[in-house]
Order: sequence, then structure tokens, then C-alpha cells
Amino acid sequence: MKLSGGDLLLRALREEGVKFIFGYPGGAALHIYDSIFKQKACDHILVRHEQGATHAADGYSRATGKPGVALVTSGPGATNAITGLATAYMDSVPLIVISGQVQSHLIGTDSFQETDMIGISRPIVKHSFIVQDTKDIPKIIQEAFHIATTGRPGPVVIDIPKDKTDPTKLYEYKKPKEVSLRSYQPRVLPHPGQIKKACKNILSAERPVIYAGGGVILGNAHKELIALNKLLKAPVTNTLMGLGVYPAKDKYFMGMLGMHGTYQANMAMHNADVIIAVGARFDDRITNTPSLFAPNARIIHIDVDPASISKIINADIPIVGQVKESLNALINEIKRSKIKIDTEALESWNQQVAQWRQKHGLDHELYLQKTKSQMILPQVVVQELYHATNGNAWVTSDVGQHQMFVAQYYHFNKPRRWVNSGGLGTMGFGLPAAMGVKLAFPKDEVVCVTGEGSIQMCIQELSTCLQYNLPIKIININNEALGMVRQWQDMNYGGRHSASTYSDSLPNFVKLAESYGHIGMKVTKKAELKKTLEKAFSMKDRLVFVDVYVDPNEHVYPMLVAPNGSMKDMWIKKNVKA
Amino acid sequence: MKRIISILIENKPGALARVVGLFHQRGYNIETLNVGPVFDGSYSRMTVTTRGSENDVEQITKQINKIIDVIKVSDLTEGEHHEYEFILVKFIHNEKIQKILKKLNGKIHEKDKNAIVMSAWGTSSNIEIAIKAIGKANLLEIVRSGSIGLHEGEKVLKI
Repeated sequence: MKLSGGDLLLRALREEGVKFIFGYPGGAALHIYDSIFKQKACDHILVRHEQGATHAADGYSRATGKPGVALVTSGPGATNAITGLATAYMDSVPLIVISGQVQSHLIGTDSFQETDMIGISRPIVKHSFIVQDTKDIPKIIQEAFHIATTGRPGPVVIDIPKDKTDPTKLYEYKKPKEVSLRSYQPRVLPHPGQIKKACKNILSAERPVIYAGGGVILGNAHKELIALNKLLKAPVTNTLMGLGVYPAKDKYFMGMLGMHGTYQANMAMHNADVIIAVGARFDDRITNTPSLFAPNARIIHIDVDPASISKIINADIPIVGQVKESLNALINEIKRSKIKIDTEALESWNQQVAQWRQKHGLDHELYLQKTKSQMILPQVVVQELYHATNGNAWVTSDVGQHQMFVAQYYHFNKPRRWVNSGGLGTMGFGLPAAMGVKLAFPKDEVVCVTGEGSIQMCIQELSTCLQYNLPIKIININNEALGMVRQWQDMNYGGRHSASTYSDSLPNFVKLAESYGHIGMKVTKKAELKKTLEKAFSMKDRLVFVDVYVDPNEHVYPMLVAPNGSMKDMWIKKNVKA
Repeated sequence: MKRIISILIENKPGALARVVGLFHQRGYNIETLNVGPVFDGSYSRMTVTTRGSENDVEQITKQINKIIDVIKVSDLTEGEHHEYEFILVKFIHNEKIQKILKKLNGKIHEKDKNAIVMSAWGTSSNIEIAIKAIGKANLLEIVRSGSIGLHEGEKVLKI
């Protein structure tokens, strides 16, 4: 049977296992939307802004590991998808964005709703395609999914001129059995010589640290990471993107590292003699001043992307390969090796970490419990959220103080449960991302922890949540200001709060939630917090927006001292440096 | 230090822009750029010259390699290599310029009452010296092909 371009597209998406398309229709995409109407395999989720479509597809992808799909029209539809593409690109998320384009003969004529999507998106995609021949659509979709999901994953754009989906022009559905690209063959297996070298260094280490990032989640290698540390018993830290990949409850887990990482994690990194970096990229939020980074450490760096290795910190032993295959090779090599771990040195190293934890660790922030103030501390909101959800929820966040508080105080024990925009730092990500997660896991608890600043950047998606009955829980940590901006202004700009406050013009979030057909709750007193959260989570079938007013003066600590600081230089609390 | 990077890239629309854009995105400069289809025409060979430390160039070649349309990348300056550049010059009759270009395999292509068009080729450093020596006086137009190069000996950059 011959099919139109739109029907070819939908069949190709179905064959890739696509269940949901997050999108927004418009002129150049209308033929495709007609094809969507005529089929049942893919559900279309109508968002209220294309940014929401990309973040929802991104959230779906992060939670499931399968590519999320967004569909937008040309011009403004395409440009509205740009922030979502950049967000996915920075965090290596396999996202497919299909954009309608004006008819081929109009391209380049400044026609209505025309924009050069391929050109605009070029620096923030792994690859992009423009459909020049309708019969290529199945092959392009197949290649796009292959490229998005293999090697270091990333977003792919497919731009389709309207005439290529003309319903009157029909073609055979044809695509190759498998993808073969002479210019793209990502490395899977690590070099055995490098694995041997790494093994020797690891086993003779006295102060080893495992520093694991989002690449371990993307490479589905959390079991291998845990297995490795069953052998090593070394202290482990996770990046913001890696949280959950090593269970937080494990005694060797030190918490997050970096800018707002724990004291013990940052101290351990600085004092380590061997750092085993796995699927992490030595981002500037981790290393602080690169020339002062871990002065005595040999660096073993496992990554599927060779360009991530020795980009910022020189790797002594680079290992290019898939994380899973590399860790397995390393585990086997360690089991085979005759070198014995210096258990005595390791024991005293673990004790040193325990002492650091005792001294300035987050659990010892006794003031959280001791404070007499009736104001709610934002950290306590996250702690209570953890209890209310038994630590089992899928948690999305936006960007700022609340994001760091979740990273610090919601102890993730499973990978993929923590969904946040770590690389690009996109406010407005949390709510649409939670929609994607909820659609993927409708029976599970999905929470969006946000702030009154971030939530207003994609608040329109509350309407989408009503249309598709997505009973997520929104915890709005409301400090009536752009908290992280204000923290920097307090610390570095003499407390001059330039354009970071708006307390007299905030919406009534309870009424706002209600006007969208949801339930709103407001909490201002400490004594009401726990009860309110319990009530919110007891309403299984409703979206509940919990607006929690917190102490506006609270800062996020620890915080690395910058500029010119190393990882051991931290603010532990207001006016106190470690 | 000057670097010469050779790239084999799929001959597809937009592929060149991905490479050129990358230099800008990653904060590097392109000094010269040459590109054209080779063999069966399904792919092109690019030669880019840039300046940077060894680390810079390692990062550049790794990043170029990540571009999906790029088939192979090689830094010619890593080893011995051949490197030449071609120029065309239009100038008002002038003995000095003719002499300079003659030394660089110069050839006259057009000559009339007023002007001469000559070609010349040589290593980029000799071309640079010649361009400086020619100066501005009597010079009407000049165009450079950008460096092109190959590895010396048995080493071959090919699919």
C-alpha cells in the first residue's frame, strides 16, 4: 500500500516504538496532524507552548531511556523548541524534534512562518535532517533514532517541508534492514591495555574516589557501578546529573560533589590519589579552578565521548567506550588481578571521609531541627517530601535554590528518578518534564519541586495536565524572590537585590491552580507542613499545587569559593569558610 | 602554532556549515579553508588551517570527529607533510611584482595595456612572504586558495 509523507512518518515512528508525540499544530505541520488523526499507535499530547512539548518529551526520555518525540510547526513553533533542544543537548538526552517547514519552493523567500530551523538549531543538536525526498522519510527516522540513542546520546531535528507530506502524493514504505553510516561508528568496547593500566592504578590506590555522572544513567550501567564498588569499597560521589545511580543509602555514598556538593565529597575529591571518573565530564560546576583541581590525583576517565576526555582536566588513563562494557571489563580485570587492595589504607581513608561527614556534613546541619523560628526552612520541605513519598517518587525540578535542596536532601536510591536540567539550567523545565514522566509511569508518584520564579515560566502546562488527567504534585518552594540570584547578590554584590524580587506582585497560586481545574494548597507555618503534604499525596487522582512559603533568607550551602578556589575551599554556612 | 587539519566529509547539504560553525562555537579561528568533492564525489576533502596549542588541536579534531557527517579527520602537522597554496594576482604592469611571482612558479594568464593576471603557488609561508613583498602599490586584486596538503610517505587519508 502506498502512503503519503505524513503516513510514512507516523508508520516509521510506530516502528521505533513511539507511544507519545508531544506537540502543537500549525500550518506547515497540518498534513502530519491529519495523519496523526487517522492512526492509533501514537497518542498526541497537545501542550500549551512548544517549549513545554520539548521538555515533556525530554522528561519522558530521561525517565524511560527511550527517545521522546516533539512535533512543532515552522517559524515560531520551531524557535519555541530551541530552549528544549539546548536543554536536551547539554544533558545528552535522546530527543527527537520534528519541525514542519514551509513548502520547498518558498524556502529562502522570507515566506510566512519561515525560519531556518536547521541553521538555528545546528550548534545544539547531535545531528539534523531536512527531508528533500518524501520516500526517504522512513530511512531518516530510522537514522535519527539510531543517532539519538547510540554513542553519547543527544537531540536530533528533522525538518519537513510541507510539500513533502502532501496527502495526494503517495509512496511505498521502504527502509533498510539496519542503519549503516560510514561516518558514524561510536566506540563500544574499551581498549584492553587501558583497562589493565586503570586496574593497576585503582588497586594500588590508598585514597581512591569514584566520581560517577549522568553518563552512567544514560549507559544503563548503575548495576555495574555498584558491582565495581562491592569489590573496591571506595567512597563514591555523584554529580547532579548522576544522582540515584549509586544508592544514597549505601554507606560509601558521600552525596553530590561540586558547587553545592557535600563537604565530604568535595574534600575527598581534593585529597584523592586516584579519581575514577565514570560518565562525568569535569564540568566547571565540579572542578572549581581547574589548575587547583585534585592536586595529587591520577585521573582515570571512562567516557563514550572521546571529546569529553582531557577537555578540562587532563586524564592520565583515558578509557573510551560504553560505560557498561568498560565497567564490566574493569570488574573482570580486577577479579583476575594479583594485586591486593591495601585494605588498611582504604579503611583509614573511609574513616577520614566519615570524619569530614561528621564535621560539616549535611546530616549535621543541626540548626535545621533546632531553629525556633516559625518560618519553614526550604531544606525541611524536601526532607518532609522525602518522608511523604517514602523516597520513592520521580522528582523533577526547575532551576535554582530549590533544585540544589532536592539534590542535597532527597536521597535518590534509583537511577532516572531525578529529572532536572543540570547542564543548561533551564527554568520552566520541571512541570512539562513531570508530564512526560507521569505519562510514562502513570501509577507512580511524580513530583515537580519548583520555585515561584521557575514555575511561572511554563505554568500554562497546568492546562495540559487537566486535559490529559495527569495528577502530578507540584511543590512550590516559595521564597518570594529569585532565590539563587539573590543569594549571589547577598554574597557578591553587597546585598543589592537588583531585579530579583517581586513579592507584591506574585499570583495567588491556590486560586491559579483552581482556575486550571486543579487543587491548590498554601502552607505558611511549620506545624502545617507535614499534614498538608500528607493530604496532598492522599489525593491520588488530582493534581495538587502546594504553595509553601519558606524562610526567604536561607542560602544553599556548602558553596565552593570562587574565583580562584579549589574543591576544598567552601562556604559552610553564612560567613563561615571551611 | 599553525596547524593544518584535513577532513573527509559527506558531500551533503549543510555539512560544510557544521564544520565551520564548530570552530566558532568552540572559540577557535579558521585562517584558511579549502573544500571540494573528491573520488566518486560522494564525499569532500576539506583543509582547514588554524592556530592553537597541542591541546587545542586535540580538542578541535575530537570535536570535528563528533560531527555525524565527518568521516575522517587528520592533523597533518602531527608529522611530515606536503602543503601548498595557490594564488591569483591582478596588478598594474610592474617588474617587481612579476619577479616575485616568477620565483613562486609564476605564470602569466592575461596581459593587456594596463594590467597583468598571474598565478603562483608555493608553501603558505612563501606565499605569505610574497604577499608582504608585493605590498599595496600597483596591486589590483589578489585571491588565495587556502592551504591544501597531504601526509608524506605511506600515510594516506582515505575511506
